[in-house]
Amino acid sequence: MTSSLLLQLIINGLIVGTLYGVVAMCFVLIYKSTQVVNFAQGEFLLIGAWTCWWLVTSMELPFWFAFPMTFVFMMVFGIVLQMVVLRPLIGEPVISVIMVTIGLSIFFQAVIKSIFGVWAQPFPEIFPVKSVDVFGLAVQPAYLMSLVVSLVIMVAFAWFFKYSRMGLAMRATAFNQQVAQSLGISVKNVFAMAWAISAMVSALAGVVVGMVNGVSSALSFFGIKVFPAVIVGGLDSIVGAIIGGLIIGLLENLAEYADGQFLHLGNLYTVAPFYVLVIILMIKPYGLFGTKTIERV
Amino acid sequence: MAEPAVKPAADEIILSVNNIEVVYDDVILVLRGVSLDVPKGRIVTLLGPNGAGKSTTLKAISGLLGTEDGEVTRGNITFMGEEIANRAPEEIVRRGIFQVMEGRRIIEDMTVTENLRLGAFTRKDGAAAIRNDIEMVFDYFPRLRERVGLAGYLSGGEQQMLAIGRAMMARPKMILLDEPSMGLSPLLVKEVFAIIEKLCRDTGVTILLVEQNARMALKIAEFGYIMESGKIVLDGAKDDLVNNEDVKEFYLGGDKERKSFKNLKSYKRRKRWL
Repeated sequence: MTSSLLLQLIINGLIVGTLYGVVAMCFVLIYKSTQVVNFAQGEFLLIGAWTCWWLVTSMELPFWFAFPMTFVFMMVFGIVLQMVVLRPLIGEPVISVIMVTIGLSIFFQAVIKSIFGVWAQPFPEIFPVKSVDVFGLAVQPAYLMSLVVSLVIMVAFAWFFKYSRMGLAMRATAFNQQVAQSLGISVKNVFAMAWAISAMVSALAGVVVGMVNGVSSALSFFGIKVFPAVIVGGLDSIVGAIIGGLIIGLLENLAEYADGQFLHLGNLYTVAPFYVLVIILMIKPYGLFGTKTIERV
Repeated sequence: MAEPAVKPAADEIILSVNNIEVVYDDVILVLRGVSLDVPKGRIVTLLGPNGAGKSTTLKAISGLLGTEDGEVTRGNITFMGEEIANRAPEEIVRRGIFQVMEGRRIIEDMTVTENLRLGAFTRKDGAAAIRNDIEMVFDYFPRLRERVGLAGYLSGGEQQMLAIGRAMMARPKMILLDEPSMGLSPLLVKEVFAIIEKLCRDTGVTILLVEQNARMALKIAEFGYIMESGKIVLDGAKDDLVNNEDVKEFYLGGDKERKSFKNLKSYKRRKRWL
């Protein structure tokens, strides 16, 4: 019995982990290409989830239409946010930009609360079944959908950065902005694109978590959980972000298992990732996959 | 100032820099009235000691000055008859000027092919044409073809070749080359310069070459400008410059008799051109 519970938790951990990974990837995308540490990443989830919720409940659109609409909205939102708030800050000290993203986070929290209230709202049932049987394990269909979509997004990211013209331009900008400009790349467009993709993909995670736990301000806490994932992976590695996400997802669920079975501390679930974060940073200060610049001798 | 040499009149001037002043950070005056003309399809070199403002001149042309808080505050720069001073660098690349920056500046965490594809960023003529041009670059630089790893692991010479190849990928009308000889062995310098000359001959691309290695630069250039502390102090056709006594002494060296300390004072005085 306990071993099947453990297995269930591991599967859950991996699925939630891919979600962490996707959001961490978005965070890294912004950090890499624009050197901005975006503390408002969690609010992207929040805004995305509420938008989708609003489209489905108030506008009564079918979910399969509302979901892509949310993506489109978030893309526009990301571009506008970059153009209006962050573009004027290009060239300002890092600390100012960080303060602005913290400000944005508080601002969005407040705006969302004033529009949608402080109570969690259940997401309307999208899937006809409560859980799907996968190799004898019960998995929520929303998680299954998130797993599929996350994997698609990861493959798409890999393709985008390896083969597409804009993806290469984004990598060039991450490497050195002046070099990118000398190649004819508009750094402003790259920045706007980074924010757009990041907002869009984070919204996916927001919608999925909202479907499982209900839509509420607590969603932005997911964004905070992403920090350990990002830092474990090394702040500027996209692969690291995914692996970091998986590690944190697994860890949470294993901590819950250990807590529930043996320790009975209460909420090891929430704090375990941060303990591990501290330990990993003590051993590998640049994270598991942090930058090693190429040095020729 | 020395007599301005007779410029090849029949040539069409593709780039014309007129009396520009460049200021960094609103206070530091770096260029104090620089003028130069580059005829189409030729190699023109800009020589001078460290800190003379050669790189700044190139960045003023390519628009990269803006990324370093610099600005053209006076004068104008016309490329094919149109004013381009203080324009965004991406616009200038689209107009056909491509700068190969000092110190190569290839993207180290990308492969050779990815670097080359980035050079073609502004082109809109399709993947097949770009693949073709990658092959063309490999024909110019056969040793790049075998390099499959990250560009950061290439040798200095190969990185310089990649940087030039990346510029070719943009199919520019004009390439600004900033010290391609930097950090290369004499043999490699020869190889790189031979390719620059071949490139100009084959494709008709105009080249403005900034160099410290005056001897090599004057071998392939048809016309030269010499800069010191933010001004052009001498210009002329290649042969005039090569035979000029001051140029010989300050830039070309090779004077057989050794300088003694007795002459140092007068040497230092003469080092100022104006």
